[in-house]
Amino acid sequence: MVKEIERAGIPVVHMCTVVPISLTVGANRIVPTVAIPHPLGNPALPPAEEKTLRRSLVERALAALSTPVEGQQVFDK
Amino acid sequence: MKDRLRVVHYLNQFFGQIGGEDKAGMTPVDKPGHVGPGMALAAALGTGAEIVGTVICGDTYFGENIDRATGEVVELISKYQPDLVIAGPAFNAGRYGTACGAVCAAVAERLGVPVVSGMYPENPGVDMFRSKVYIVETGDSAVGMRQAIPKMAALALKLAAGEKLSPAADGYISRGIRENYFADTTGAARAVEMLVKKLKGEAFTTEYPMPKFDRVEPNPAIENMATATIALVTSGGIVPKGNPDHIESSSASKFGRYSLEGVDVLTAETHQTAHGGYDPVYANQNPNRVLPVDVMRDLEREGVIGKLHNTFYTTVGNGTSVANAKKYAAAIANELIEAKVQGVVLTST
Repeated sequence: MVKEIERAGIPVVHMCTVVPISLTVGANRIVPTVAIPHPLGNPALPPAEEKTLRRSLVERALAALSTPVEGQQVFDK
Repeated sequence: MKDRLRVVHYLNQFFGQIGGEDKAGMTPVDKPGHVGPGMALAAALGTGAEIVGTVICGDTYFGENIDRATGEVVELISKYQPDLVIAGPAFNAGRYGTACGAVCAAVAERLGVPVVSGMYPENPGVDMFRSKVYIVETGDSAVGMRQAIPKMAALALKLAAGEKLSPAADGYISRGIRENYFADTTGAARAVEMLVKKLKGEAFTTEYPMPKFDRVEPNPAIENMATATIALVTSGGIVPKGNPDHIESSSASKFGRYSLEGVDVLTAETHQTAHGGYDPVYANQNPNRVLPVDVMRDLEREGVIGKLHNTFYTTVGNGTSVANAKKYAAAIANELIEAKVQGVVLTST
């Protein structure tokens, strides 16, 4: 899906937990996430901290969309 | 020489008869003898081999900790001093296929014993590991178990016996290895023969299939995020409560588009997941954990992004064929372009 959206001309960032799969399917901008059943959250954290975690991941995704890349890049920090 | 080959079988929590998605986080365990599909595998292997142990690991635990889980599984496998390791079959299950491939590749490298797995060609584990592992081609679901097991057993026995193999004769997915051989005729003669067949419209087999590279060049970066419209898309199956369009929990036949007009945050009362390939508890409790609407709205208010696109797109990426996923995404992309969306955040589970 990531690839078809990219092909259509829109920059796309893939937020996912199993990064090797994302690399194999051909996503270009990749942000690793927390866990398969809760990529953008952590039920072990209090709600406010969990939202802060989610925000930091989304900010990283937006930073990835704002970063020129050549080929595949994993934004892991 | 030992009289019977010692075989260890790798399974996920489901085929290992421990549980469904609620048990997918389990760390690896081993059990003596065969478990679940291991019974049919043992029968297919015959009297020359014995499944001495089965190692079982949760798919989610493996997918989230590939390196650690691989080490732990190989450790458990090595206890049984196997002559042969068989993993799966994993059909079209992405996490399971990745696990089977990683286990096989590590066993081959660290223990030096032959390994066999089985997967549907679209399983992401195939592209990741086929150069290192013999992967028998299977159907896309467990319906294909009866066909897969005898093929995997036969290939495993031939491998253990050191016999010569070929993808066409032994039903495994090409590992991309080219072998030299002496042909009766020159390359020129063989090429002309193929050309003549092609011109007559007859079937012919190429000697060098071209590899399929399907890479898309990255698009330029967004220059001004503060004025950009960003859309949320997910393969994690987030839908309005009640799943009004009945998006299937696996092999989804459609995608959904749903309004975010006036939606500031997703809640357990308004949204849920339709996905059947992961434990839905956390996403149902707080759907923002998969589709981060709450944070995107905050960022919109603060002017970090120009606008959150008021429609989100969703499907269930669970056993969904590549062809369908491409079709849905192409349709979604068309609508996004029409709506002048400048960037997409796509979340996957």
